[in-house]
This record gives sequence, structure tokens and C-alpha cells, in this order.
Amino acid sequence: MSHFNTTMATRARQLIALYPEPRSALLPLCHLAQEQDGWLRPEAMVEIAELIGVTPAEVRGTATFYDMLHTEPVGRYVVAVCTNIACILDGAAELLAHAEERLGVRVGSTTADGLFTLEESECLADCDHPPCVQVNHRFVRTTTAEQFDRFVDELAEGGHAEDIPPHGTLVRIRRSGGLRVDPAEIVRERAQAAREGAG
Amino acid sequence: MAVTDAPRIVTARLDHPDAHTLERYLATGGYEGLRKALTMTPAAVAAEVDTASLLGRGGAGFPAGRKWSMLKKDPVTYLVVNGDESEPATFKDHLLIERDPHQILEGVMISAYALGVTRAFIYIRGEFALGLERMEEALNDAYRYGAAGANIFSSGFSLDVVVHPGAGAYICGEETALLESLEGKRGFPRIKPPFFPAVIGLYGQPTVVNNVETMANIPWIVNNGGAAFAALGAGRSTGTRLFALSGHVRNPGAYEVEMVKSTFRSLIYAPTLGGGIRDDRELKAFIPGGVSAPWFGPQHLDLPLGQDEVGQAGSMLGSGSVVVMDSTTCPVRASWRITKFFFRESCGQCTPCREGSGWLERIMYRIEHGGGREQDLDLLMDVCDNLSPGVHWPPEQTTICVLGPSIPPSIAAGISMFRDEFLVHIKEGGCPYD
Repeated sequence: MSHFNTTMATRARQLIALYPEPRSALLPLCHLAQEQDGWLRPEAMVEIAELIGVTPAEVRGTATFYDMLHTEPVGRYVVAVCTNIACILDGAAELLAHAEERLGVRVGSTTADGLFTLEESECLADCDHPPCVQVNHRFVRTTTAEQFDRFVDELAEGGHAEDIPPHGTLVRIRRSGGLRVDPAEIVRERAQAAREGAG
Repeated sequence: MAVTDAPRIVTARLDHPDAHTLERYLATGGYEGLRKALTMTPAAVAAEVDTASLLGRGGAGFPAGRKWSMLKKDPVTYLVVNGDESEPATFKDHLLIERDPHQILEGVMISAYALGVTRAFIYIRGEFALGLERMEEALNDAYRYGAAGANIFSSGFSLDVVVHPGAGAYICGEETALLESLEGKRGFPRIKPPFFPAVIGLYGQPTVVNNVETMANIPWIVNNGGAAFAALGAGRSTGTRLFALSGHVRNPGAYEVEMVKSTFRSLIYAPTLGGGIRDDRELKAFIPGGVSAPWFGPQHLDLPLGQDEVGQAGSMLGSGSVVVMDSTTCPVRASWRITKFFFRESCGQCTPCREGSGWLERIMYRIEHGGGREQDLDLLMDVCDNLSPGVHWPPEQTTICVLGPSIPPSIAAGISMFRDEFLVHIKEGGCPYD
């Protein structure tokens, strides 16, 4: 029995087809599993392993290297506060302390209602809006404690649903088609061009 | 204060809120460069890029034309675009990916044609959710418009492009780690030699890895000619560059500035750029090119924004990010935070980096938080010396990649510029700025 639902299973096959070797789809498939489940479940890792021809341990061993892949459950909203150099110069430590107090959890933990997970993040490349805050990898630009609180309240009341999908959904715009050029054909063509170029 | 009226090359379209759409792109000369390139021979296109003397905009500053010429001949080759921008305080690629994805795509198509690659991959940092959506949408539109896929603009040239999401790991910005990641593995950098991507790259095939901003310059170079690009800037630093300015300035932001013709002073103080230090405070120090770079002080403000000029002064332009620190900045805290970043992001392959980054972070932490010992400054420099013998610039390397030797500069700069402040932390058992 497949862990991916029908839609996700189809998308998984389409993703694998984009790469010369199936294993390249490992990260995209992990994102896909997080989109379906909110986090990276062991059953999903087993299925990804089967799809790309590696062991489940290799999937887990790779996934745990990456900060965005969660092998334990996280909240519906993962709130990341950057404290790297540009942000720490402009109140990031204070904003992070405030976030802990407001959400009632320490960094790395999830609120009891399963709504919010708080993370201390490295630089998110939005340093002209410090301190930088992302919710589910969307830049929300709440740079003061007041703005942060308002945003959290709105999320808790079901707001921002259009802009911020539940954790795991990374990219909502899908590639509209597969490869358009036959890989074997393009290799033949390039080999011929190289020969002509050399001649 | 010199701010030249050089053309904006990579940010020309950004005054339009809809710059990311195909409609706006086409209305502002989009894909003309690709159409022109396809009427030229691939070698002629590559020659223009070589003439432009475009230095790679990722951080190492290697000439793009030379990188292209090193690609080993093989029927199967790849172009991989590095959009994993994660160097602290660097946010220029983020801007280009979100706001003008077609410009990058056009650069990719032109470059792929010049190089004759069999497929192109655009690796984008996973945390750029909107950027990934914008690029995927732009690619869909480019396929529909005939600028990607089979028989592009009826020229006979075909190419598929794949947008690939990262998943959160600074080290994947290192080009061989990025290739490992693109192969579905941990982002462990490969040892060079033998794994120079131009010879043994993605899936073992010859591969060119270019930065996003590098790609964004290519359409303009083809449209206007390599010589016009080379006429901007001076010496080896040609064209314009997108500088990411952050920290204690009035107007933090990404500014496109002609290389060499402007100085750090212009960038930080010009009313149309940084606008000066916030609250009119004194400048204490600034980081000229990403957190791997040795810091500069007020005496360096009049250095030109050029790769060699900054290199000769003992630091680097690196990723083009300038962090301004005013008189209220605790230098211990700043360099501790940078060290903590490297500790967190070390991939763990090489002992000096894996262990050294942790030792350094813990020593820096205790100095900042009141547990510093008299011998700690010597100890810090000793650990730095194990990571990068001599602790000089440019740094020696004891590790597979440059992450390890990137750790000492902020500590060494902090101690050499602000030794007294480090000592006060140790003597008074805490941070005087708290």
C-alpha cells in the first residue's frame, strides 16, 4: 500500500522523470512528503527509498542533514527568527526572546495546540528588513514585537491562509510539463555539434 | 561622493512591481538577447562573455569566460545555476530570483547555447518559497513562449531546464556540495583535485556552475556587446555589481553600483544609497564581503569597490555584502555570532572545521557571557592557526572546502581591531554593552 496518495504518487513519478538519475529527486520528494503529511514520516522515507532505488537509511541519513526536513512532527506554522549578523545588530535576540514568551515555548519546541513551532534561524537573505522572520518559509516582515504578536494572533484565528499554506507545502506552482527533449536525442545532437565544431 | 550614472544592468526592470511576469519582461526587451545569441555561433557568444571579463558574482570572483573555456568536451555536459544564496547578510540573489526570474532564465538559455550543454539545472535555496514559485512560473511561461524546450525560437537549438529546491544547508552554496545535493545526497563538498566540476561534475560529467547574478548579466552582455560591459568599471573588475548593504545604515538594501568607480564611503553614505549611519553615530567597523571576510575600519572607507583593490587591502569583496557596525556594536558579540553560524553549518567531514568551529564558538561564548579567561585570546588564535595556518589573508586551508578557513577571519579581525574590548569582557566578567 502506497504511503503517497494518488495525487502525490503521480507527482513523485513526474519529479523523478526530470533527472538523469532517480536519486536526484530525493530532496524534492522529501518536500512532497512534507506537503502531504506536514513532516517527514518514516513510512514516507521508506516509500521514497523504493521510488529512487536506495535504502530507507540513505533517505533518512540525507534528510537529517537538511534543516528544512523534519523527521519529527512540527506545528502547522514553523516560525523562524533569524539571529545572524545583520539581524543581531538590529534587535534579533530581543525579538527571539519575545517570541519564546509570546508562544510560551523555547526554541525548537512546538506549542501544545500543535499550531506553532519556533526556530532560531541562520541568515534568510532578507537583511534589509531586520530582524527577519519567516513563517513556513514565507517572509512576513514582522520586525517589532507588536507586529509579531499581531501576526501570530491572526494566524491563530485562521488568517493569512492565502499567503501561508500549512507547513510542508513549499511550492504551489507546479511545473506544467515534463522534459520536452528526448535525452538520448539531445546527446546525439550535442555529440554531432561537437564533431562539427572540431572539424 | 561618486555615484556614477552607469546603466543598471541586472536591476533595470525592478522599478516595475510586475517585473517577474513574462508580459513585463517582453515589454522591456526581454529575450532579445537570446534571439540575438541564437543567430550567432556558440563560440561567438562565449567570446562576448570573455571580452566582458565578467567575474563570477558568487563569492570567489573567478572570470566566467575562463570558467566556460575550461569545460571539458563531452557529449554529456551540464549547466548548474547556484541560487543557494546563504552567506550571512547577502540578499542580492534573493532579490533577482523573486523579482526578475526571466532575466536569469534568459541568461541560462544563452549560456547553455554557448556551452552546448545537454540540460540545465537551477538550484534555489529551499527557504526561498516565493522565489521558487516565481522561477517555476517563469519557466512554465518560457516553455509556452518558445524560449525553452524543443527548437527554441525555431532555431534548432533545444534545451530542458529543471528548477531544483534545496532544503536548508549553507554548505550547499559551495559548488561541489551543491552538486552532491543535486544528486540527492548530503551536501558534502568534494575534494579538488580531482573533482573540479568543469572536468568531473554532476553525475561525473563536465559541469559549469555559475551564480544567479552572473547569469543575470549575460542577456545585457549579448545585447550590448562584451566591450560595452568591459568599458564599465576598471581593471579586472568590470561592469556593475549588486551590493547588499545591511546593518546600522539608514537605508539598508541591494544597490547596483559601477565597480571600482565607487567606494565603500559612497555605498554607505550617499543619500541615494545607504544614506549614512543611523542616528548619525560613528562608524566602528564594516564587513566588506560576507562573514568570511576580514573586517575593515573607518580608514578603509575610501577603497574602491573592486575585487583586486579590496583584495590588496587585506580582505575581499566576496559575495558583495557589506555589513555596517556603528559605535554601539559589541565586537565580541558580533564575532561570536558569526562563529556560531560556522559551527552550526560545518558539514562535519573535516576534523579541523568540525571540531575547531565548536571549540571557537564555546570560547567566544564564554568571553561574551562572562566566563572568559586571561589566556583565551591566545587560545582562540591557536585554534584558528590549526584551522588556517598562520591566520593570514588570503587564508591557508587544512580542509576539503573553504568553510573551515572562513571561520578565523572574524575572530582575528575582532581581536586585532578591538583587543581592549575583548580584555574588558574578560576582566569585568561580562559584556559592557549589556
